[in-house]
Amino acid sequence: MADTATAPTGDVRPAKNVIYCGVCTLPPEYCEFGGTTKKCEEWLESHHPDLHDEIYSPDAAAAALSTLSVDAQKRAEKDAQKKAAKAVAQEARESEKRATSRITIKRVERNKRKYVTEISGLEHFGIDLKKTAKEFGKKFATGSSVTKTASGGEEVTVQGDVSEDVVEWLSENHGEVPEENVECVEDKKKKGGGA
Amino acid sequence: MFKKEFTPGAKSKVKSSAQRAVRAKVLETYPLLEPHIDEILPKKEQLDLVKIPDRVSLYCNGTTPLFFQHMDDAILPHLKVVHKYPWAFTKVRVDRGAIRFVMSGATLMVPGLTSPGGRLAGDEGVEEEYGNAGKELEVGDVVVVNAEGKDSACLVGVLKMGSAEMREKKKGIAIENGHFAGDGLWKLDLS
Repeated sequence: MADTATAPTGDVRPAKNVIYCGVCTLPPEYCEFGGTTKKCEEWLESHHPDLHDEIYSPDAAAAALSTLSVDAQKRAEKDAQKKAAKAVAQEARESEKRATSRITIKRVERNKRKYVTEISGLEHFGIDLKKTAKEFGKKFATGSSVTKTASGGEEVTVQGDVSEDVVEWLSENHGEVPEENVECVEDKKKKGGGA
Repeated sequence: MFKKEFTPGAKSKVKSSAQRAVRAKVLETYPLLEPHIDEILPKKEQLDLVKIPDRVSLYCNGTTPLFFQHMDDAILPHLKVVHKYPWAFTKVRVDRGAIRFVMSGATLMVPGLTSPGGRLAGDEGVEEEYGNAGKELEVGDVVVVNAEGKDSACLVGVLKMGSAEMREKKKGIAIENGHFAGDGLWKLDLS
């Protein structure tokens, strides 16, 4: 007869493959606590319809609410609504930021005939600064680094006047940055000593 | 512990002696993981150590986080590991009402485990997976917290109170500073 008490080291099962929601990265059953419930539900329906039926079926919802007292239910609803509202507000803010934020390419004089190109505003578009700096350095065979600006933001500093090439590179590699958002500025300030 | 999101710090290779030490510690704390230890922590592959804020070291294999450790406390599995091998860890269950608090990083309190809907080791008539073979849980034990009505774990942490004490007092802190689903560590991108 099979032993009901499994020895501590005897249990070998293959790893359980858990599906995570594409929207909130949590296991689908926890989507309701993430603040993006509607989107999560839609995603689940299109990608894993069987799971969707299991989790979002009317019985599941009834079972979930039945164990909570009436007060707790109301609070849970309020919380879920607040979270959803927060998530929506955050998204709106982010998309606004993207629309108005620009990538500023400044050409700053270093010595009488030497320039330094500063590119700021890349973080808003999710561009990795370090990788970008390295690429520029390689591409233009010149020094390039990531520095902090006075206002707290970060920018990529490239030695030499490469502002035109940067614009080209941006439209090639990062098509998501619309042309209007890229600004070329010529700064006449003297930056002490260069990058 | 990871309520806020953060970016990973430096990533460094782990010396093979340290790797063996980590392996041994993991097996010691989670003996039921033994048959799977080669899948999780392969001997041949290079283990990486990522430093994260708050004196926490995260051991990962490439881009997959595996275990983390705050200073020299117990070594805890990342929830993704727990999801893959749920039977290998000591489990408790919280009732439905506590889920939303756990998911926002609150400290887990004893009533969440002792109320109907919660399951604690050593309870009468409790299902096998929460029974812990009839043994009581002690302070300092690493425990995985499931939620009522859900399949996967939502929290992993160190117990601040033994299960016998919990049943007696029915009040107080059960687990503090754990790693919960959706926290900064969960969202961490290691690429």
